[in-house]
Amino acid sequence: MFFNSLLTNFAALEVGQHLYWQIGNIRLHGQVFLTSWILLGALLVFISLGTKKMENDPKGLQNLLEFLWDYIRDLARTQIGEKVYRDWMPFIGTLFLFVFVSNWGGALIPWRLIKLPSGELGAPTADINTTIALALLVSLSYFYAGLSNKGWRYFEYYVHPTPIMLPFKILEDFTKPLSLSFRLFGNILADELVVGVLVFLVPLILPIPVMFLGLFTSAIQALIFATLAAYYIGEAVEEHH
Amino acid sequence: MLAFNFFGATEGGLFDINATLPLMAIQVVALTYILNSLFFKPVGNVVEKREKFVSNNIIEAKNKLSEVKKLEADLLTQLQSARAEAQRIVSEAENESDKLYKEALELANNEANASKEKARLEIESQTSAARDQLSKQADDLSELIVNRLILEK
Repeated sequence: MFFNSLLTNFAALEVGQHLYWQIGNIRLHGQVFLTSWILLGALLVFISLGTKKMENDPKGLQNLLEFLWDYIRDLARTQIGEKVYRDWMPFIGTLFLFVFVSNWGGALIPWRLIKLPSGELGAPTADINTTIALALLVSLSYFYAGLSNKGWRYFEYYVHPTPIMLPFKILEDFTKPLSLSFRLFGNILADELVVGVLVFLVPLILPIPVMFLGLFTSAIQALIFATLAAYYIGEAVEEHH
Repeated sequence: MLAFNFFGATEGGLFDINATLPLMAIQVVALTYILNSLFFKPVGNVVEKREKFVSNNIIEAKNKLSEVKKLEADLLTQLQSARAEAQRIVSEAENESDKLYKEALELANNEANASKEKARLEIESQTSAARDQLSKQADDLSELIVNRLILEK
């Protein structure tokens, strides 16, 4: 009896249950916002600590932040190109940091110890709303980037090598956000489920390698998301001759 | 326990899309602006300032290096011309001293020859004078002998 209740407490898996917040007519997934606020708050505290006293000779946190900045710049520059990467670096960097912090925060912090009336806390990126929001922002960004850089000539891209490409390129505009959002959502949710089921079945030791795998997947997914977003923007601003 | 509630739930479900989506999008856009002013701009300024500083220093060092190389080459040509000049002066001096030596030698030779000639002439004249005197004495002597012989007869 005791063992059974212990299991229930530690490893009850709730899929598709949400903590609903009702504001007027609209309904929100409260657990997504709660975790995202905690994680983004931690991120902002970390960043303000690191940039509080900037020196020409970097030390400690500033060093780490500069490394991160350099990493994001390289990512944006290689994908978008030398000409306009500066405009898009903050967006790409925010996507990377948001996804990374969400994934790792969801995997590393034992949210399950905090009891909610309904649903449970977890990675914000394991909610389809978050990933679709991110993917749609990417879509809007590459359209905006293309139109603002090339004007109506942006649409040459749709018939670029030959006009035969037109239907495929139009289709791509739908598959890009779809694949972006579902890739991230599926990976993070699957990781949470696998770890949850393993913890439920074998609470000791066995889940640990899977958790490490989860951390790896989380980092890779953040990198993939940011790289693809940058690649799409780069594709939209690229000049073909 | 394991409450799998995937699709078709009246409440919730995995693919329950609602106002969370636009609000999350707004939140991410806001985060972009916050991170831009808090992270990307200040860190970018510091990093780019340092990169500029380093590249400026490298350019300056390269300029100085090329200047040093130019000066070195300049000095080398100066050294070479100085060496050639010295060589020229040395050989000139050698020629000069050679000429002087030859002149002095010739002068001395001539002088020696002249005095030798003079001595020879003197010796010759003295020899002939002595010979004359000797033959005169012999004449006298023979005359004396002849006279004596004649007288004794």
